[in-house]
Amino acid sequence: MGADTITRTNRVTALAPWLLVLPATMAVFALLAVPVGSTLAESFSNPLGVFENYRRFFASDYNRMVVLRSFWIAFATTAIALAAGFFAAYLIAGSGPRTKRILILLSVFPLLTGVVVRSFGWMVILGRNGILNNALIELGLINAPLSLLFNQGAVLVGMVYLFLPLMILSLVGVLETIDQDLYSAAESLGSSPFGVFRQVTFPLALPGMVVGSILVFTGSLATFVTPRLLGGERQMTLATLLHEKAIISFDWEAANTIATIMIVLTALSLVALGMLAKRLSPKGRA
Amino acid sequence: MQQRSVNPVVAAIGWLVMAFLMAPIVIVIGAAVSDTTYLAFPPQGFSLRWFGNVLQQRSFMASFQTSMQVAISATSIALAIGLFAAYGLARFGKTIPAWFGSVFLLPLFVPEIVFGFSLLKTVIVSLELPVTTALIVGHTIICLPYMVRVISASLSSFDFSIEEAAVSLGMHPIKVFLTIVLPNIRSGVIAAVVLAFITSLNDVAVSLFLTGPGVSTLPIEVFTYVEQFFDPSVAAVSVLLMGVTIIVMALVERTLGLGKAVK
Repeated sequence: MGADTITRTNRVTALAPWLLVLPATMAVFALLAVPVGSTLAESFSNPLGVFENYRRFFASDYNRMVVLRSFWIAFATTAIALAAGFFAAYLIAGSGPRTKRILILLSVFPLLTGVVVRSFGWMVILGRNGILNNALIELGLINAPLSLLFNQGAVLVGMVYLFLPLMILSLVGVLETIDQDLYSAAESLGSSPFGVFRQVTFPLALPGMVVGSILVFTGSLATFVTPRLLGGERQMTLATLLHEKAIISFDWEAANTIATIMIVLTALSLVALGMLAKRLSPKGRA
Repeated sequence: MQQRSVNPVVAAIGWLVMAFLMAPIVIVIGAAVSDTTYLAFPPQGFSLRWFGNVLQQRSFMASFQTSMQVAISATSIALAIGLFAAYGLARFGKTIPAWFGSVFLLPLFVPEIVFGFSLLKTVIVSLELPVTTALIVGHTIICLPYMVRVISASLSSFDFSIEEAAVSLGMHPIKVFLTIVLPNIRSGVIAAVVLAFITSLNDVAVSLFLTGPGVSTLPIEVFTYVEQFFDPSVAAVSVLLMGVTIIVMALVERTLGLGKAVK
């Protein structure tokens, strides 16, 4: 083997790691970073001023309402999913191996089913000619169908339904790792069931709660289908407003602005939840 | 692990939560087989006519074809580039800094609707790509994080000294990769492919901006249908979509099992 070939082989070997990650990096750069980056940049490129688009956007009561509503829905969804998820995760973590397997499969299945199908399920239940209305009429409790769809309650139910499996699976993950002896120790030392929860379960489950909350909060902030199908025009969120501006009213300036607001809110909530986790964690780790 | 008795009240609420998770799915399945012209549950009578109705509707069938084409293409491309990336990250951890791996997770942190809208402006409007190509491009990006993450996880338990041994014994690196590395991470690769395929098959938020007149994916078709009509045929499509999900999972289980049996 000549000296030339050896240097060439060395050079190829030195480059190999980067050549392997190159195609995927290029794809993310060209097809995600550049398009999304230009959306961000365009939102600040109004000739009247860098923040002109934002001034205009936030000048409208309607838009401010949409931002607040999106935040509120994401917050409420996370809180409800956290509470409900804890009960289900407790049940799953404490079940025998067979029941546990079935319950986990039942939690995973909705995750693999599309958002449209899962929202449609609630349209069937809550719709004007839906199952709930028909049942109430048949029982003689009401005379005319109630309008149960296209309000905030319907959006919340749909959102909680959408994100509950993620929360349950995040919580089962941590609850399973808690040493059973800790519970017995706390109980034998006279802790009440709630005391055990507060002093044993809660601190140890914190990492799972944080992961679950991040997934649910950022997820519900960005979800489009559920607020669109269950909330309609009356319950616009940032995601449905972005779609409306981009596709229906063709106002791309506003759409760029909303897109940027969504990215900033997602990033801020990631940072905030991360910091909250650090403060809550007893040893300053999480 | 030692089993612990769950407080009965907690357990009861837990079961209620599980029932809440299952209810819409059970209701959709029931409404799909109901022999009525409206959505009924519990089903009245039993009929598969709504399934027949779906299979005869051209728009559903054509969009199903597009969905499959896009899902298969996007998953394949994401697998190719994602597998290389995951391997590079795991094998050359000394050269490539650890944070570099998070580049491939970026698509998870950008709201899909923002990504879809941004793609519409660049890929469709500026580059004027045909709809199907644009869909494949968009779906490849949303599939990539699953590929890199799941394959990386299974590579992290792979002992690279086996690979070095084979190379030092004179085996060609590509042959080593195909015959030694790949079989060892097979289950991770299959799990990643399934996740990516299902993600693509169910996507709405990105496709929404990329589908054009005449070309649509099945979830988009169902989404627009649901906004206008309210009849059991959507329940039937939903059941068929659930069926595809189950078949894909079962198929994988089967091939994985069969592969092991042949070995």
